[in-house]
Formats: sequence, structure tokens, C-alpha cells
Amino acid sequence: MTTAATVSEETDSPYALSHLDALESEAVHIFREVAGEFERPVILFSGGKDSIVMLHLALKAFRPASVPFSLLHVDTGHNFPEVLDYRDRTVEKHGLRLHVASVQDYIDRGVLKERPDGTRNPLQTLPLTEKIQQERFDAVFGGGRRDEEKARAKERVFSLRDEFSQWDPRRQRPELWNLYNGRHAPGEHVRVFPLSNWTELDVWQYIAREGIELPQIYYAHEREVFSRNGMWLTAGEWGGPKDGETVEKRLVRYRTVGDMSCTGAVDSEADSIEKVIVEIAASRLTERGATRADDKMSEAAMEDRKREGYF
Amino acid sequence: MSTITTEELAETTLLRFATAGSVDDGKSTLVGRLLHDSKSVLTDQLEAVERVSASRGQEAPDLALLTDGLRAEREQGITIDVAYRYFATPRRRFILADTPGHVQYTRNMVTGASTAELTVILVDARNGVVEQTRRHAAIAALLRVPHAVLAVNKMDLVGYEEKVFAAIAEEFTAYATELGVPEVTAIPISALVGDNVVEPSANMDWYGGPTVLEHLETVPVAHDLSHCHARLPVQYVIRPQGPDHPDYRGYAGQIAAGSFHVGESVTVLPSGRASKISGIDLLGEPVDVAWTTQSVTLLLEDDIDISRGDLIVPSKDAPATTQDIEATVCHVADAPLTVGHRVLLKHGTRTVKAIVKDIPSRLTLDDLSLHPHPGQLVANDIGRVKIRTAEPLPVDSYADSRRTGSFILIDPNDGTTLTAGMVGESFAAPEPVKDDSEDDGWDF
Repeated sequence: MTTAATVSEETDSPYALSHLDALESEAVHIFREVAGEFERPVILFSGGKDSIVMLHLALKAFRPASVPFSLLHVDTGHNFPEVLDYRDRTVEKHGLRLHVASVQDYIDRGVLKERPDGTRNPLQTLPLTEKIQQERFDAVFGGGRRDEEKARAKERVFSLRDEFSQWDPRRQRPELWNLYNGRHAPGEHVRVFPLSNWTELDVWQYIAREGIELPQIYYAHEREVFSRNGMWLTAGEWGGPKDGETVEKRLVRYRTVGDMSCTGAVDSEADSIEKVIVEIAASRLTERGATRADDKMSEAAMEDRKREGYF
Repeated sequence: MSTITTEELAETTLLRFATAGSVDDGKSTLVGRLLHDSKSVLTDQLEAVERVSASRGQEAPDLALLTDGLRAEREQGITIDVAYRYFATPRRRFILADTPGHVQYTRNMVTGASTAELTVILVDARNGVVEQTRRHAAIAALLRVPHAVLAVNKMDLVGYEEKVFAAIAEEFTAYATELGVPEVTAIPISALVGDNVVEPSANMDWYGGPTVLEHLETVPVAHDLSHCHARLPVQYVIRPQGPDHPDYRGYAGQIAAGSFHVGESVTVLPSGRASKISGIDLLGEPVDVAWTTQSVTLLLEDDIDISRGDLIVPSKDAPATTQDIEATVCHVADAPLTVGHRVLLKHGTRTVKAIVKDIPSRLTLDDLSLHPHPGQLVANDIGRVKIRTAEPLPVDSYADSRRTGSFILIDPNDGTTLTAGMVGESFAAPEPVKDDSEDDGWDF
């Protein structure tokens, strides 16, 4: 009944790539496809670990030439100063061009209204999509991973967005082999996710292997925080702490980096990359479940935001 | 495997696999158990599932909620699209293409199987091999997925009887072997109770083979490259503008099959110009040899005209180029594919104009019978197609190379991906499968 069910310890040929090499090669292939087929690609760069890994892969993909893409940062106005500093140093170091879409500008102009809860994550969508239209970007790289969230598990590597940047999960193109279809009409663009098949642990292992520098807030440090909805948030002008919330000094680190108003820190003693990897491997919480308030808003929060043009 | 140690986090290999099963075969339970027991379902995800299940009045957490991510899926309680899942054990990383079982989602199974090295086909032990099982086996054979696992589920409901399992395994293996599936491993399981999924079953001591997870962890993931035709589709020409590399001109791409080494004589297709490899850069580092699926940059001795869309091959092993392609296709778009349809064909890194010249037959997956000259292919149809391309293409047979033997058809008007194509013979069967319903012969 089993034609060849031999189970041996010698499983892989010497030509089998390690999982990190396989993921790296796939991501590089995706960057090069976009460089070959699109006119005006851009990399979404937040200064978070996923976008930092994306940029690192793009740099490797075109060596010894420079990266044929510019960067785009959606600045919520509530960013961690360490992350903005990292962003600017990176742009300088690699001679890249940075575009910034500013949420604060939109609020100042009265186009967007501050939300009562102070979080600006949902407000990013309009500045992002308008910037894409203004600059006529036709391919927008995002660091989204399918392991992050179940709506993202259904995301394609090449994801077509209409002229309103909307995602329609029922009208997605099947992706076969590694034959990515980048066709789009004028005004439409394609979101491209080279890290689709990576997990949080893969990203950290790759950062360790490649010796990639990260903003220090990813490692355990003492910080003044207060508790809200079960998360440790950093005090700031964005609207915390409020009455009844008390600030205390704790040893924490961040697993994701986003808007300060909705990105929580976790208690951690992991002050080196090795310790971070061990901590993640043993964690019983997903990074978003642990530290992102905006994903908890409803059962389909991510799907709904993605439909509107969120990345 | 509750905690993973640092040593165990050393780099492992990656296995891409796909699951297939009918609606009630217990696929979600199997996937849920694999994810759960490999620590890939984390507390907050489980809590979310428990919360939603409870709010619907369900007593036990519905593990299908872990895998059904879209509103429409939750509303209808069905899976409508391929989802990709990730889990790991200390021995290997897994990418699971979780494909829906409904007949109308054949295209999704084709999508999932296109990148899979293994397919898990579930059957219900009480029902045995049914039409849907044959469909799944046929797709695995068409897509030439190297390994197949037959998971005979719900063994607890048939008293863990060896003879029930043996009969199903024998029938399936005979069918799959006839189709040319190179390797079938049959495993008796109960996804619900947990028999032979991760832990060996105490209820079936007559079974001496691996558990599902053990098999997934140990099945070989790379093939012997000595028999492969080396192929590099050129994606992009790297030409630094700076003063440090004034003469650098590299041809970047992901090796689709085989291996290349420095000093090798190569030919560029379709032009047919020849040169020698003077260097190979593996993401910036020079190497002497590189192989599939590495992304590399080749440097050649001669300054010849090469651009995106060209294919670099060993001079001693170059495929013929052709403008007439015969292929088995799976139509994946809602609008039909018809004779005379003008399309774009993407093969490797080249996209060319093409026209559908003929649709000689359509395949019925249930019994593998052929419907001659169907006139058109609609969504989820699998059929035989003749295509004329505007430019010559160096295509391989899909049997020889899943990468350079495959293509997609694209609607030139709106960019829709229409069709998945596989060049050459359909099934690897040494003898054509008997076709009683048609007498115009087997041309698949």
C-alpha cells in the first residue's frame, strides 16, 4: 500500500537550500520581477523590522548596483524618535530618496479628524493612497507577512489595487508557480509583499544571520510606560496617560513598531538578538495579538482596513 | 515540542505542501491539529476562536475559524480561497497551501499544488475512495507534485480496522500510480482523536509507518540535479552606474532548474548567441557553482545582447524554440477561454502575444474521460489547448521542468490571469489510463 514510504534520516540532497536561503531567494526574485516590469516602484519603509529586512533584501538583489526604488514613509506624527532617527540614517547611508506622507499635515489641513481614542493608525490610509496617486507609483512594496493575521493569510504576493487603492479578496488573481502577474491599468497599482512567506521567527533569524542593525526599541530597555487595555504604552503628546492611568518604569521591548498610540511594549529581559529569538520561539502570543490594539477592534478589522487601501 | 531550544533554531529546510479534501473529510481538523501541536496556534488566536465560537452558541471551539479568514467565508462557513499557513518543528519549516475542497474550486487546488512538493489527500475511512479523491489525485498527477500522502481519516469510526485501511490504500495507490504519481504514502489517522497525526496511534499497532508529521519532516525536498536541464530566465540586467564597476554587466535571475558553473559554455535563447560564464554572483558574493532555486547574477565573457525575457541555458543542453505550444491547462478565470482568443502568455520572465488556435478536448476529472472539441473552457475546466505565440519561446516539457514547462495566460485588456498551462504530456503514466467513454483515443 506504500510504494515508497521509507523514512530515513538522510532526507535532503546537498542542493536543498536552508529555509532562510529559500525565503531570501524567493524575495529577491520578487524584487527583481518588479524592477523588470514596473515603471515607478516604491518601498514602504516605516523603520520597523519587516521594512528593514525588505530594504536589506532589495540591497542584496541589485548588488553591486544601487536599489532602483525609492522609499515611502507614512508618518503618523506619533512615531518613536528612535525610529525616525533610524529612518533618516538609513536613507542617508544608502543614498536613497525618501517620500513622506504625513498624517499630521492632513489633520492640520482639516482633511482628517483626530479620533477620540487618539490612535492614528486608521488615519494612515488616506495620506498613503493619495501619495501613491500623486507620485504615480505603480508598485508599492509592503512588509506584510501572511502569518500576521488571517486576512493577510489570503493575500497574494502581487495584489492588484484599483484606482481607489481598494483590495477585493474575491477578485484576487490566482498565483501559480512563480509567475507573478503585474498587469494593471493606469491609475491602478500593485501591492507587492516579498516577505509573504516569512514568519516573525524567520525575520528575526534572518536579522541575526545577516547582522542587520535595528532601532534599539526592539531590545529590552527601561522605559516609562502606563497600562491601557492590557498593553504597556509609552507616554506622549498623543494623549496618554489619561486620568487614572499611572506611569511606571519597566524593562520592556517592542515586537512591532507603529504608531505610539496603539503599539504596546512587552515585558522582556531580551537585550540581545539571541535572547529575542529564544523569547519569540517560546512566546504564546502572536506579535499583533500582544501589541496591536487596532487589530482587536473587530473580527474583520484587518480585512476591512485592507479593503480600504491599508497595507 | 513545547519549547524550542536555541540549537534547534539552526537553519532547517523548507517544505511546501498542499492539502486537499472534501468538505466533511476533516481537513480543517487535520490542519488545526498540525498547527496546534506544532505550537503554531498561539493563545490569542485560540482565544479569538473560542470567543467567536461561544458567541455563536457553539460548545467547542471551531478550529475551522483559524483557517477561514475572510468575512464571506465566516458568513457562509466555507473556505473560498487558498490560504497559506506556516508552522515549524525543530526539523523543518512548512508552508501549507490550504486549499478548499469544493468541486468549483479546482483552480484553487491547482494554485496550491503548483508550488507544492507534497499533497496530502484526505479520505473518510467510512466512504473510501470517492470521485473527489480521484479528482484530487488527478490534479496532483497533472501538476506533478513529487510526493502524495493519502490520509485515511476517521479510522476511529471504523473500529481502527486494518483491512478497511488496506483496501482504501490499495485502491488509491493503484489509481495514483496509474496516473504517474511518483510516490504515495498511505497513513491511517484520526485527526479528531489525534491518531498518527503527530503522535503514533496506540489504537493501530498493526501500522508500522510514519505519522503524518514525521513523514512531512523527513520527505526529501530537493531532487538530484544531475538529470535536470539547467535554466536561467533573465529577470533584470544589473549595470551599476558608479565608477567602482564601470564594466559590470550581470544577468540576474532565479535558477529555474539544474545548476551552472563558472567556465561553462552557455547559449542565450531565443537569439541563440553563445558565450561562457565568467563569474557567478550569489547576492553579491562570487561563487563557482549555483543551483536551483538560488537567485544569482551571471557574468559572461562576451558582451552580447541579452535582456529581460531571455533564457540562459548550457550550450550542450538547449531546448528547441517554438511558436506552437500544446499544453494541458486549467482555466482559472470566470470568463471562458475560447478558440480564437487573443491573450498574453507569460513564460519565465517573458510575456508574448499569443492566440488560442484550438481546444481539442476537455478532461472530466471524475473519471478522466475526454470531451472532444468543447469549444471553450470555463472556470475550473481542465483541457488540452493549442497556442500559437507571436515570438518563438524556449519551452520545456512540464514533465522535465515545472518552472520552464509552465506558463500563464493573461487577458490583454484587463490583466486578468486566465489560465494555468503545462507544456507537453499531461500525465506521467507509462500506459495511458483506460478511457471507455470516448473512442477518439487518449490525447492527454
